[in-house]
Amino acid sequence: MAFAAFGGGAPAKDNSTKRKGGPIVLVLILPGLIYLGLFFMTPLLSLLVTALESPDPSGAIGAYLYDLNFGNFATVVTQYMPQIIRSFGYAFAATVFALAISYPLAYFIGVKLRGSPLIQRLLLTLVIAPFFISFLLRTIAWKQLLSDNSGFVALLHNLHILAPTSYFIGTDAAVIFGLTYNFIPFMTLPLFTNLERLDIRFLEAASDLYANPRKVFRKITLPLSMPGIISGTLLTFIPIAGDYVNASRDFLGSSKTSMIGTMVEADFLQNWNYPSASALSVLLMALILIMVTFYVRRSGTEDLL
Amino acid sequence: MAKSNAFAGADLELIDIRKDFPGFTALDDMDLTIPAGQFFALLGPSGCGKTTTLRIVAGLETPTFGQVLLGGKDITAAKPHERPVNTVFQSYALFPHMTVLENVAFGLRQRKVADAQKLAVDALNLVELGHLAARRPQQLSGGQQQRVALARALVNRPSLLLLDEPLGALDLKLRRQMQIELKAIQLEVGLTFLHVTHDQEEAMDMADIVAVMNKGRIEQMGAPEVLYDRPKTVFVSKFLGQSNLFVGEVVEKNATSVSIEVGGNKITVDKKRAEKHTGKIAIGVRPEKADFHEKKPKLSADQIVIGPGEIIDIRFTGVSNQYLIDIPNVGEITVFAQNIGKSPEVELGAKVYVSWRVEHSYGLSDLPTGSSEA
Repeated sequence: MAFAAFGGGAPAKDNSTKRKGGPIVLVLILPGLIYLGLFFMTPLLSLLVTALESPDPSGAIGAYLYDLNFGNFATVVTQYMPQIIRSFGYAFAATVFALAISYPLAYFIGVKLRGSPLIQRLLLTLVIAPFFISFLLRTIAWKQLLSDNSGFVALLHNLHILAPTSYFIGTDAAVIFGLTYNFIPFMTLPLFTNLERLDIRFLEAASDLYANPRKVFRKITLPLSMPGIISGTLLTFIPIAGDYVNASRDFLGSSKTSMIGTMVEADFLQNWNYPSASALSVLLMALILIMVTFYVRRSGTEDLL
Repeated sequence: MAKSNAFAGADLELIDIRKDFPGFTALDDMDLTIPAGQFFALLGPSGCGKTTTLRIVAGLETPTFGQVLLGGKDITAAKPHERPVNTVFQSYALFPHMTVLENVAFGLRQRKVADAQKLAVDALNLVELGHLAARRPQQLSGGQQQRVALARALVNRPSLLLLDEPLGALDLKLRRQMQIELKAIQLEVGLTFLHVTHDQEEAMDMADIVAVMNKGRIEQMGAPEVLYDRPKTVFVSKFLGQSNLFVGEVVEKNATSVSIEVGGNKITVDKKRAEKHTGKIAIGVRPEKADFHEKKPKLSADQIVIGPGEIIDIRFTGVSNQYLIDIPNVGEITVFAQNIGKSPEVELGAKVYVSWRVEHSYGLSDLPTGSSEA
């Protein structure tokens, strides 16, 4: 049908009203297609090609030849198994914490504060406010606040939560804390957009039908806010799984908290092992794709996404 | 539905209810008793407080003062889910993420009633929607959704069923049909129904007792025929049907009747049909109770004759003709004449006299606004 767009004006006249995708639509989506082709498809193909390369026989560091070396994937899976498991473990934990913090917050702003739009907007601004400062700076700031000689760590020592010789920075908890903190707005905003439109009349109807407040939440509010929960968890889980800042030893992590992203960074920038880094990236992408597909299917909200 | 007699509705009593919202009072000194098994209608214009009353009974609003008793038990402080009351909401509020059957079974499931599934299916069959049980509410038409909402409330066998303008969103034909069905179901199950509506025909057609509300108060309460035949206030006489009102000083009074003088005409009302017997009062008559004549009728004690006046408008509405007659010093009077081939053939501008029987006059307790200079 698109051929008509280039075939001169005459044939377009009699069927232009019937077609949905006319020449104008094509012109409008062209910039987007070019953008996707240049900046998404090209790097992706390059990544796939690199992931299958073999070391140069000369043994020169950082030199690789085009190949179909699928063994790279087996190598990265065995070599980086702990980081793969840790990445998804961290991502899962941080997503759960972000949801636990964001849901009540979004509910409060979106439902309880409906009567006072001014306070509603003020609180929303506060949710987004951290974005005004670079997240690297904020994470560094947390590193200072939670450092080994901080009041926070002293408190943990005094309360005997932490052994006197242990500290907070560099632990799993510190990384999960940083990930949760940095990604909370990505959870809160989609939840807010959903809960803001939650029809209170459904909740009233449920309580009229003998459901106590807890049941109203479980049977009505929660299922109706599922689309918000799904988009919020996807928007946090996916980037967290690939994050390499929080877990880095320069920020909140240590050598014991490295994630997939940390290893990709190391392979690319320090070890110059491009095929390994690429294979690991492709693996991360594939794993996320599989998990997300499964998750969305399970929650039965494909049509809501 | 033989077992329907196993449960009966309960009396509802509202005692001295007041409800303040920021900036205005929605209800004031509201006293109301609805006997068990009655179909009771709260009728009033939007903003009169009828929906607030219903929400207070459902527990969705808390009264500022006053008590709500159901079957003699004080439920003022009870939460909505603790009250044996169910509501058919104006918007239906059917849960979009559940099937029709799950919607209907919801209340039963919450109370862990055995056989919830079977009872829900029965309720759907009662409203003739059993074949749509597996659908989602969004897939149903407005009338079907309304019936699902009704089934969802009825299946719980509440002591009191609240109806919040549930027919408001339906078109006229469907509305009439649903009114008949709703009334039939009420008679069949014998529950107490509290129906909130602004549609006076709907209220008069369905309810055993109608309470007319205005500005947060009940103006008058009674059987529809009584309310229509003997309205006591200007608001009721105008909200329930149409009224011709005449305002004047009482000039004559005897044991059985009171008369006022309006523009040289004497208008009489039976003493027992008048709220006030002295000073300036308003007397009304329904347009269909009045007649007009081209020749002045003979005066008799039980007839009121005023005029002559001029016919200034004639409107044909099918079953009746509506005539607007302007009588000097009295004002405009509406007269309905049924189209049964007997009404006089008159033209615009004709000089006519208006008459009606004294027993059809009613005396009101208040005066129409802007009548002080008359």
